[in-house]
Amino acid sequence: MILNANAKILLLSVGLLLVQSSAQAAEWSGYSALEYRYFPHQTFNEGVGEHDISAVFAPEFYHEWDDGRQSIIVAPFLRVDSEDAERTHADLREARWLIAEDEWEVRLGVGKVYWGVTESQHLVDVINQTDLVENTDTEDKLGQPMINLSFFKDWGTFDLFVLPYFRERTFVGKQGRLRSQLVVDTDNARYESGAKQHHLDVAMRWSQSIGNWDVALSHFYGTNREPVLQLNSTATALTPYYEVMNQTGLELQNTTDSWLWKLEVIRRDTSSETFTALTGGFEYTFYGVFESNYDVGLISEYLFDDRNDELITPFENDVMIGSRITWNDEQSTELLVGLVQDLDSSDAAWNIEASRRFGNNWTLSLEGRIFKSDQAQSSLYQIRRDDYIQLELARYF
Amino acid sequence: MYKGIVTMLLLVGLLPTVQAETAAEKGLAIITESDNRDKGWVDSSADLLMTLRNKKGGESIREMRIKSLEVEGDGDKSLTVFDQPRDVKGTAFLTYSHALDADEQWIFLPALKRVKRISSSNKSGPFMGSEFAYEDISSFEIEKYSYVYLSDEVIDGMDCFVVETKPLYKYSGYTKSILWIDKAEYQLRKVDYFDRKNSLLKTQQFSDYQKFLDQYWRPLTMTMENKQNGKSTELKFSNYKFRTGLTDKDFEKNDLKRQR
Repeated sequence: MILNANAKILLLSVGLLLVQSSAQAAEWSGYSALEYRYFPHQTFNEGVGEHDISAVFAPEFYHEWDDGRQSIIVAPFLRVDSEDAERTHADLREARWLIAEDEWEVRLGVGKVYWGVTESQHLVDVINQTDLVENTDTEDKLGQPMINLSFFKDWGTFDLFVLPYFRERTFVGKQGRLRSQLVVDTDNARYESGAKQHHLDVAMRWSQSIGNWDVALSHFYGTNREPVLQLNSTATALTPYYEVMNQTGLELQNTTDSWLWKLEVIRRDTSSETFTALTGGFEYTFYGVFESNYDVGLISEYLFDDRNDELITPFENDVMIGSRITWNDEQSTELLVGLVQDLDSSDAAWNIEASRRFGNNWTLSLEGRIFKSDQAQSSLYQIRRDDYIQLELARYF
Repeated sequence: MYKGIVTMLLLVGLLPTVQAETAAEKGLAIITESDNRDKGWVDSSADLLMTLRNKKGGESIREMRIKSLEVEGDGDKSLTVFDQPRDVKGTAFLTYSHALDADEQWIFLPALKRVKRISSSNKSGPFMGSEFAYEDISSFEIEKYSYVYLSDEVIDGMDCFVVETKPLYKYSGYTKSILWIDKAEYQLRKVDYFDRKNSLLKTQQFSDYQKFLDQYWRPLTMTMENKQNGKSTELKFSNYKFRTGLTDKDFEKNDLKRQR
């Protein structure tokens, strides 16, 4: 009897939910894009060409109810690449249910979380795995299964994460550019933990805004998103080895007039190493230069890693300088140019990104990268012939 | 006798200042009355359609939803979420405005899920490529300007006060603005903006006024015409709601991530 009553209530609730669902706004949005990459230099890797064409389809379904206190997002992602089988991939970027109240909120499902303040690299940002086949800038992320609880207090926001499943990093395949000479064999990843991908990772973060300051402290315990790449037994490929790590992170930003001062520091501890890394610098913007509508921003950051090993990270003692120019026109035209220069050698990475909207739904983006390295012990050396220029035409819906 | 001369001298010396103060005082009194009539709306939400028109007649649109919270004794708080154009859909701005101190502002970038504190020094820059500058759409506070009453004038059959204002906050793109405020309801009807070279830059017109909660007038249409480049931008507000129960909790950094 009691079960029956419960079942009825459940049915009724589901029914109500459905009625509400159809009454409230449910909507599709997203984009599809066509991308072309041209690599002007031939690579040493056999059978890899100079041209690459790929297509992306990234729809997003959003639905909210309960006066906006509850919502779901489902955002699949698909890329089909003409050359690289590894770059042809699908992912569920998001599939989460949000329950939001004034004092707290819960996110359940596959989600995406961004931590950090700096521009040149993202040290603190460790919740989501990097979708490295997408771009070398590590800003594309794979969806991460999670339970995320947030509490909003006078003393700040406290976030708690339980991450029950680990996503392996994607790596460019045999036919792809922007890779080391030896391909990463993603089918044979190894783990320090016996639980492998099911190791229960946890993380927490406190963040607060106090006047001109935005500050956050975080700690992560779980599988290191960055694998150690080991030579396999036949020395024909690299095998990712995922260790368990503890990472404490600090994010700090001061915003005063046209100045943004930024700092990210991490301390990471794994069974093979313990190190400190930081990124710190500023962004200053001249608004409306020479009585025009253009904004010109100057960015400079210092990148440091106390392992001092260029094979692991090329950013161990480097300076980034860059400029962001915003047209402030109808088409939202933007240009970002930057250079990361190693202070111990002539190694450098140049970067250019530009975009412009056409009509209400189309955007055209340009991206170019140049990698300079003449020291074989640097990871940049591996991609020194992979300079490229990329055009992307996207249609948003 | 001696005392009398002193009094006379004082009066003579004061006379011009008293007159100048009268124009300034009258200007301030008009604005204060206008501001007082708009106190107590608590919170509001509205949808906004922005149409940008260029000289050749080309159009592009922006659609956004705006929530605002009245903050007593300080600038208002607002949260703006974009729906159009589609490539910026979900982008959200959170602003804590202040009278003379710098506003606090955060932006949410949905593609990266990144919340970013941004500089609020960009007062004179165009908002989303439109003819509205950030300072034109920011929260009005009396302390932001100095005021001088100029004259009375009839525009569109409405008897108006004409008041000149000069910005007292940093980074303004204007030397002054001329405001036409109708005498019946103390609402803005027209504003002329003068650029840093003191020549007429833009004219803003306010129309389709509607009264909410029996007290608060809101123009449902605003147009901004750039007199120097021939471009114009029209704002159309719809779905205005007042006292919907919004609180400080709805205007926090965390709320940016909840928006769609």
